[in-house]
Amino acid sequence: MFEFNYLKAKSLSEAAAFIASNPDAKLLSGGMTLLPTIKQRLAQPSHLVDVGGLPELSGIELKAGRLAIGAATRHHDVATSAVVRKAIPALAYLASLIGDPQVRNRGTLGGSVANNDPAADYPSAVLALGATIVTTKREIAADDFFQGMFATALEAGEIIVRVLFPVPMRAAYEKFPHPASGYAMAGAFVAETAVGVRVAVTGAGPGVFRWSDAESALAKNLSPSAIDKLTVDSTDLNEDFHATREYRANLAKVMAKRAVAKLLAAKS
Amino acid sequence: MTKIELTVNGTKYSREAEDRTLLADFLRDQLGLTGTHIGCDTSQCGCCTVHVDGRAIKSCTMLAVQAGGADVVTIEGMASKDGKLHPVQQAFSDCHGLQCGFCTPGMIMATAALLKDNPSPTDAEIYHGLEGNLCRCTGYINIVKAVKLAAQTMK
Repeated sequence: MFEFNYLKAKSLSEAAAFIASNPDAKLLSGGMTLLPTIKQRLAQPSHLVDVGGLPELSGIELKAGRLAIGAATRHHDVATSAVVRKAIPALAYLASLIGDPQVRNRGTLGGSVANNDPAADYPSAVLALGATIVTTKREIAADDFFQGMFATALEAGEIIVRVLFPVPMRAAYEKFPHPASGYAMAGAFVAETAVGVRVAVTGAGPGVFRWSDAESALAKNLSPSAIDKLTVDSTDLNEDFHATREYRANLAKVMAKRAVAKLLAAKS
Repeated sequence: MTKIELTVNGTKYSREAEDRTLLADFLRDQLGLTGTHIGCDTSQCGCCTVHVDGRAIKSCTMLAVQAGGADVVTIEGMASKDGKLHPVQQAFSDCHGLQCGFCTPGMIMATAALLKDNPSPTDAEIYHGLEGNLCRCTGYINIVKAVKLAAQTMK
């Protein structure tokens, strides 16, 4: 690893001010992506500003039909939270599939969402549930937040404080994990919400995306067979030695169908 | 350099370390606790698993400075002071839950954490619970047996 200076932030405002005036500083939360990236010398931050322990970023709260989860909440805590399991069981289930137990004990919601790895799990839930990302500067709708591979609407010096998930009628997540990494080869989060059925696909493309054809079909007929005749356009999907883009397109559809079947089996 | 104060296996330590020092290297090189192994150094294999404030983590993917003020337990802290093995260690020995033994410290730390959360895991829950630990000898059958025996003896 290259050298860097570690700074444990005492408050959110201190962290925000520091990264705003130090362009090569990086925020450190769970570090489950950032530390391996630094170890591989793919990043060379001047400073790591640790926000993992900040009380402003912690906590899980259900208020007025929305589940607010602090950005530094660890995957394990989301997966095992009685509040999350009751309000949005699909979200707790999704968190229980991230990485492995040791990773879930360190990795955080805010870190995953800010990193926007194209194969990460959380972005699909944030997008399908139409969540709102609350930052130190503003509130950003999920539809505006994710902007392709590792790209988000976050500006320099802007920190995610919490994510507000509207509680859906029903929701389900299904993913086909890569057997070695556990990352999604394709994953689909399907949510029946107050504003209609939303389907978000992760792992298959350069970033999480909504599958609008499936959403319209499911709006008319909420069943796995409704998307039988549809295909995910493979033109812009990822192709690598793990899978071709056509394979990923099919996998995304299979995951979406499974998620719909699971959603129907769930109690509303 | 930063002064790091933490508790490891019940003993308080205070050491200077570079900010980039990984907890795994700190434990091995500065404290001489070489039971924590570094297998892959890429957060895949779990050989470096230790407990930080009661939770299993991969110490190759945490900075030593992040463990400041924490209560850390390594494989050296599992047996009691009189040398009596922890039930998970005893079960791995009884079931021969190892071949070369390199992954064993991590397997034992991960198993102890798993059984704390779930004292009677099913086979599927054991597989899911040990997903972060690799045995390159592929000796998983006896490892799963050992987890089940440990669960039984700890009841």
